Amino acid sequence: MSASGPLSTDGLVQVLTHTGEPVDHPTFSAYAAHLSAQELREMWRDMTIVRAFDLEATSLQRQGELGLWVQSWGQEGAQIGSGRALNGNDYVFPSYREHGVAHTRGVDLVEILRIFRGLQHGAWDPREHNFHLYTLVIGAHALHATGYAMGMSRDGMVGNGDPERDGATVAYFGDGATSQGDISEALTFASVYNAPVVFFCQNNQYAISESVIRQTRVPIAERGKGAGMPSVRVDGNDVIACYAVTQWALDHARSGKGPVFVEALTYRMGAHTTSDDPSRYRDSAEEAFWAERDPIARLDAYLTARGELSDEYRGEVAAEAEELGKRTRETVKSWTRSDVMDMFNDVYALPHSGVEAERAWFERYQRSFDVEGGN
Amino acid sequence: MATMTMAGAINAGMRAAMERDPKVTLMGEDIGKLGGVFRVTDGLHKDFGDDRVMDSPLAESGIVGTAIGMAMRGYSPVIEIQFDGFIFPAYNQITTQLAKMHYRSRGMINLPVVIRVPFAGGIGAVEHHSESPESLFAHTAGLRAVSPASPQDAFDLIQQAIACPDPVMFFEPKARYWDKGEVDVERVPAQLASDGGVAAATAEMGRARVARQGKDVTLIAYGPTMRLALQAAEVASKEGKSVEVIDLRSISPMDSDTVVKSVKRTGRAVIVHEAPTNFGSGAELSSRITEQAFFHLHAPVLRVGGFSTPYPGAKFEHDYLPDVDRVLDAVDRVTRH
Repeated sequence: MSASGPLSTDGLVQVLTHTGEPVDHPTFSAYAAHLSAQELREMWRDMTIVRAFDLEATSLQRQGELGLWVQSWGQEGAQIGSGRALNGNDYVFPSYREHGVAHTRGVDLVEILRIFRGLQHGAWDPREHNFHLYTLVIGAHALHATGYAMGMSRDGMVGNGDPERDGATVAYFGDGATSQGDISEALTFASVYNAPVVFFCQNNQYAISESVIRQTRVPIAERGKGAGMPSVRVDGNDVIACYAVTQWALDHARSGKGPVFVEALTYRMGAHTTSDDPSRYRDSAEEAFWAERDPIARLDAYLTARGELSDEYRGEVAAEAEELGKRTRETVKSWTRSDVMDMFNDVYALPHSGVEAERAWFERYQRSFDVEGGN
Repeated sequence: MATMTMAGAINAGMRAAMERDPKVTLMGEDIGKLGGVFRVTDGLHKDFGDDRVMDSPLAESGIVGTAIGMAMRGYSPVIEIQFDGFIFPAYNQITTQLAKMHYRSRGMINLPVVIRVPFAGGIGAVEHHSESPESLFAHTAGLRAVSPASPQDAFDLIQQAIACPDPVMFFEPKARYWDKGEVDVERVPAQLASDGGVAAATAEMGRARVARQGKDVTLIAYGPTMRLALQAAEVASKEGKSVEVIDLRSISPMDSDTVVKSVKRTGRAVIVHEAPTNFGSGAELSSRITEQAFFHLHAPVLRVGGFSTPYPGAKFEHDYLPDVDRVLDAVDRVTRH
């Protein structure tokens, strides 16, 4: 599939071909050279686990246990590769499809499903994982990542040359988001304030049904260059390349040199959400083309050819995935809504007479149905 | 006590907050060396430097969005939106992000952001420079919205708003920036320094104040229309009508208890604001009065405000805006019953 404009493969950083053959990249191979066979196996395991979870969640939605599910299928390479390059000081601002990144930040994947069961809007403590809540308003969080990074600069967290002290933020967003004004404004603010932000765009080629050609005429990474920051295009289905490029980008930002733009060209193998129907807007030949470029299969081929993926290890990971699936099913089905009055909690940090008056009224109203305490 | 203009009082309040807390950071367009187009931040850049008083790129959504990120990092941003009519590029960040973060994080993330908005009309300005959008924000759960009517209230409210852990929309009546008054500069700093001071300050920020006592009609105003309300009450008293004037101060929360208590005595209410009466804050207040004091009312609750037109050209604004005659007309109509 040859393409130009936003689907061009020009300048895509790759360290593994789509069949898993290693290729040397003059700049970026060095950033992944230290990865041991064990670390590469862990990347394979993470991707495999996240995909198994994704399929389980899809099934639960089909069974009516979840209202909606947003699949990350196909994007595991971009997410695990970039996520594993982060350290403890870095702070992630995800969009809503970043389950793989969540996994690398220690968020229990099952907890994410509280959102999709309609129980609450945020399902983890962002401060515990340095992983902000999912943001559903496209692109809005890129500005939060920029402001947070401006705060990190003020707090002396850049340019120390000390991994224990330095940090950066990473804003994850998609190709559709690059049309939003907030992305342009985030690039501008990050650039003029020299904030330590990595803008990580997963170009999965679709914004629901709209092809990326409806968002831009040029490769998305050009946007970063326009704001005056180094910009790199990476093969998003090459997990090692994604790791290497993100490592480089984080080094740049943490060292005080300012923001970086990374575009990971990938493919959304599933639907936008479980409410979507991709058969209405793309053909199966295209899906088959990208299925051959699967990020897990690619790393699998590489490791297998080197004898680094034993049957025993595969078995362990399969058992882990099976166990996670079982826990996911059981946990999700056990969740019931908390007390209805919780709806009024946390609108404000301190009491607000308007909310308190409505809370009191609704409590009395609810109690009026109770024969014992009613009137 | 010190004599200050309202602009000077806001400036002094911000300075006091910045001296108390190194995390208080100002951000906005032209607020640095220029001191803001209304000079409300005059001198602060010189004394606190680039890191504390930041000239921002010309992008309102970006200002609010980055303020959210800074607040997540532990800062207390006080941002200036240059004019009321320019707040709309930031409306998404304010309503979908700033207002909801505490709720969606189940109380884990506080966003102590103050958004200062020079608002309302009467200064002969061009389009988009004279609007009163406060009810849009009062309608949004998660925001607080206040408007000072005097230098004293400006000095107090800005510091209480900065100390408050919730986001606060701070509507500054730009036509009143140069009104002078006496300011007690010790009470609120002492309040904030005391145990439980922030909670007390936040509660106080949400309370209305009886500005003039009366027994025939309750006249409710805030921010830009308070001076007008007091003038109307004075004229009415010469006509033998005793008008109680309430300064609402806060639009969210709205202290309808203070208003209802007054209306139960007077039996009549007139609400005056510059914003269009249609779906305005007066509509909400009128509804609460009707619900809570219906059997005490001698006349329908009346509203006096802007019309349902875009804000007109400057040569028309004194007919568009409520004035003493229109307020007295409403007072006459409610006292006929």
